Amino acid sequence: MTYIAKPKFHHPGLPKNALGYTHRDYEGTISTLCAGCGHDSITAAIIEACFELSIEPHRVAKISGIGCSSKTPTYFLGNSHGFNSVHGRMPSVLTGANLANRDLIYLGVSGDGDSASIGLGQFAHVLRRGVNMTYIVENNGVYGLTKGQFSATADRGSKSKRGVVNTDNSIDLVAMALQLGATFVARSFSGDKAQLVPIIKAAIEHDGAAFLDVISPCVAFNNHAGSTKSFDYVREHNEAVNRLDVIPARAPITVDYAEGSLQIVEQHDGSRLALRKIGADYDIHDRTAALGFLQRHSAKGQIVTGVLFIDGEPVDLHASLRTVDRPLNSLTEADLCPGSAALETINASLR
Amino acid sequence: MPSGPISRVNDFVVRFANVNGSGSASANEMFARAIMRMGVPVSPRNIFPSNIQGLPTWYEVRVTEDGHLGARGGVDFMVAMNPQTFDKDVAAIEPGGYLLYDSTKPLPASKFRDDITVIGVPLTAITNREYSDPRQRQLFKNIIYLGALSALLDMDVPAIEKLIGEQYRGKDKLIGPNVHALHLGRDWALQNLKCPLPIRVQKADKVGDRIFIEGNSAAALGAVYGGATVCAWYPITPSSSLADAFTRHCAKLRVDADGKAKYAIIQAEDELSSIGMVIGAGWNGARAFTATSGPGISLMQEFLGLAYFAEIPGVVFNVQRAGPSTGMPTRTQQCDIISCAYASHGDTKHVLLFPEDPAEAFDFGAMSFDLADRLQTPIFVMLDLDIGMNHRLCRPLAWDDSRAYDRGKVMTAAELEAGKEFGRYLDVHGDGIPYRTYPGTHPTKGSFFTRGTSRDRYAKYTEEAGPYVDNMQRLLRKFETAKDLVPRPLIANSGKSTRYGVIYFGSTSPAMDEAIGMLEGRGHALDRMRVRAFPFHSSVTSFIADHDFVFVVEQNRDAQLRSLIVNECGIDPVRLVPILHYDGTPITARFIAGAIGEHLDKFKIAPKRKVAS
Ligand SMILES: Cc1ncc(C[n+]2csc(CCOP(=O)(O)OP(=O)(O)O)c2C)c(N)n1
Ligand code: SF4
Ligand SMILES: [Mg+2]
Repeated sequence: MTYIAKPKFHHPGLPKNALGYTHRDYEGTISTLCAGCGHDSITAAIIEACFELSIEPHRVAKISGIGCSSKTPTYFLGNSHGFNSVHGRMPSVLTGANLANRDLIYLGVSGDGDSASIGLGQFAHVLRRGVNMTYIVENNGVYGLTKGQFSATADRGSKSKRGVVNTDNSIDLVAMALQLGATFVARSFSGDKAQLVPIIKAAIEHDGAAFLDVISPCVAFNNHAGSTKSFDYVREHNEAVNRLDVIPARAPITVDYAEGSLQIVEQHDGSRLALRKIGADYDIHDRTAALGFLQRHSAKGQIVTGVLFIDGEPVDLHASLRTVDRPLNSLTEADLCPGSAALETINASLR
Repeated sequence: MPSGPISRVNDFVVRFANVNGSGSASANEMFARAIMRMGVPVSPRNIFPSNIQGLPTWYEVRVTEDGHLGARGGVDFMVAMNPQTFDKDVAAIEPGGYLLYDSTKPLPASKFRDDITVIGVPLTAITNREYSDPRQRQLFKNIIYLGALSALLDMDVPAIEKLIGEQYRGKDKLIGPNVHALHLGRDWALQNLKCPLPIRVQKADKVGDRIFIEGNSAAALGAVYGGATVCAWYPITPSSSLADAFTRHCAKLRVDADGKAKYAIIQAEDELSSIGMVIGAGWNGARAFTATSGPGISLMQEFLGLAYFAEIPGVVFNVQRAGPSTGMPTRTQQCDIISCAYASHGDTKHVLLFPEDPAEAFDFGAMSFDLADRLQTPIFVMLDLDIGMNHRLCRPLAWDDSRAYDRGKVMTAAELEAGKEFGRYLDVHGDGIPYRTYPGTHPTKGSFFTRGTSRDRYAKYTEEAGPYVDNMQRLLRKFETAKDLVPRPLIANSGKSTRYGVIYFGSTSPAMDEAIGMLEGRGHALDRMRVRAFPFHSSVTSFIADHDFVFVVEQNRDAQLRSLIVNECGIDPVRLVPILHYDGTPITARFIAGAIGEHLDKFKIAPKRKVAS
């Protein structure tokens, strides 16, 4: 298996974003995933979100674990550095990278096996620390890459392709992320690009630990009747709490909705989120209510999607550590080395 | 059998037997420092259990005008403050030695020995007469025995008073009461005992400008000077104090005018995470390290293979302790040589540095970051508990202000812009070391995908045989390059020609030096080589070739360094004679000289025989 580079030819008529980049500039190599894999739709949504946000492609660091989902960073942002690390440990690698250079945008990509099984510990701790990142779990309820074993997000009672019924309780990463202190929490569905793209945009703009659980059916091993992560099942049980529009800083708010159904959320970078509430009256800033809402609906077999929680005043790890504004990886001898005179003083104190 | 009490000046071992958590540590340390301030070298060692409170601890001070800083073995003067271990402690005293105990409650004669001098000081009675607060009683009792010792051993009192002043600087209220307690003990001894004893201290000038520092603290300072900005660690004895020291040093030395930190320290959730953070930071161009011990190394294996294969710089300070498993967590060994040299699955090899003392821990600590960047691979600094957690007298730390950090082969935005060819795994100079770029360098050039999976010279994923082998061979070339970058072995030839050599490393150093003198005294000449790094420099092979037999002295059961030499240098194992000490106590000159001497006697070589060459 080799990766095929996409032709770099740019059609002159391709639409450009504010930085003059086209869609192509946010793409990677051609995907080698199964045709129809949900993960490819998430890749497309990431490309779209970065294009729309006019992010300089090389200012993103893409970090993943191991799995089909973790392979996807090769398929987007070809001009970004990427790091396909080890199974379940993306969060620690991302944390270290983030500490080294606070000026890049960190995109963590993981799978449900990667995050909820082998990597549950690192998933939890990276959120506790408030690392400024967008952490996306491409959740298909199975281990795609190792051919279809249940993962820890598979629902109890759901059936594998071979007809085996899962007897273990499932882990709801969204509920955990809320409990662990993630400052932006959302769930979406790879099949709902209209919902997913703005959520990714909002998560990237968020200055703190943003967690996204994206249900992403595995067409090879988990798209059959009896699965609760199939396209059909998710469409039937999707309970969206809101729709989102991301309004860049300074741009006027043009979204126009019925009175009372619109909530404007200011982000730290000046951008605003216009949330259209659907159905239930849902307060985006209430962590506890979000948890209750989630549990009530999941008890009814519904899959709640949308932006579920935003902390308006997120505190990220660099703020907690009071690190300097300049990236640590840019500091030189002059900044870091106390020199021989200081060492003499130290020597003198040790006699 | 020696007749009568030991009579020696500036050459003896004092051991304090205490109860963990009784606050004895600072009094004991003051004892050692006071002797050092008298110009007499000391070598103290903590012997402590893996518990916080209640269990026995010992603090041993070797007073050695001759400057033998290795453990000696045996105790000449026991300060027996722990009833629980009293019998064992009394039994441990050398014939003719001394016992100081708390005589407040009379003990039956059966508790003592005839061949030692028993010194009873009613410490509890003196303390209780003076103090009523239980905590004060406990703490001042330690200073009171220090006072008694000062009289018995003829120590310099102003030196101790000065030390008390330094100890409580900023908490000046405590200075007076401590000095008072010191004199309570001292006066009691002067009035009631024959002072000084035949075993005592005398001012000398053998300390010079040397400093007194723990290896972990020195290594952490090395990390500060070496430009480390990211530290991720998980607590484990005996390495925790390295991360603690880095935290302390950084708070003093690395905070900018706005009070902001030019460093980031994370106490991770486990060692997998700490090494993951180090690798993430190293990948992103920061100098990063972790500090751990054997069990942590085991957990880091998968990530270490990734760092080797994906070529990511990082530093691991491994402060070794006795294994396997939890083993003896507070005892020393050199037992992770193999598990670090070949850490991880598949064909992996890593660079190891073996500092002998805190001064070298500082040097190698700083140097390891240059090596990591230059070689783009993890570097292990192999300390052990004996160096890491004990104060050791060593040469002062030194730094050359003209020294620039070697960030290795990093391609810049300007070079990329100018059209310089970039292939992440391209061996441009034939040294096996490719260029890398930091993430975010250039909008369209120089990005690459890092993975633990096989790839070609341009970092493109491939599972084809050719590129895989090409890459694995390049990694070997890089390891060859490392041989000339790491600290060279040091050779000390015996003045006489000899067919025997000895190889040793790390904390064995002072005991080895002392043993050479003992062996020479027995008529045995030996050439010495101190190995300071892996991969081995070519001089290791030639040193072995130059001798019929080479003893390899190490502190583990399985002769790990010897295996590594046999394996990497293609040496006939018969030529390497293992000398192994692995009971958890630091190796001693007596042990080395005994073991090597026995072998040499067995070889039935006339010790002074001349070799025609
Ligand atoms: C330490 C380790 N154990 C096992 C594996 C094998 N493995 C590779 S991917 C994977 C599961 C991936 O599942 P998930 O994260 O859900 O990704 P998906 O393929 O479903 O997108 C496993 C078990 C591995 N790479 N490393
Ligand atoms: S196995 Fe499943 S998860 Fe993997 S690429 Fe195929 S469809 Fe996607
Ligand atoms: Mg999966």
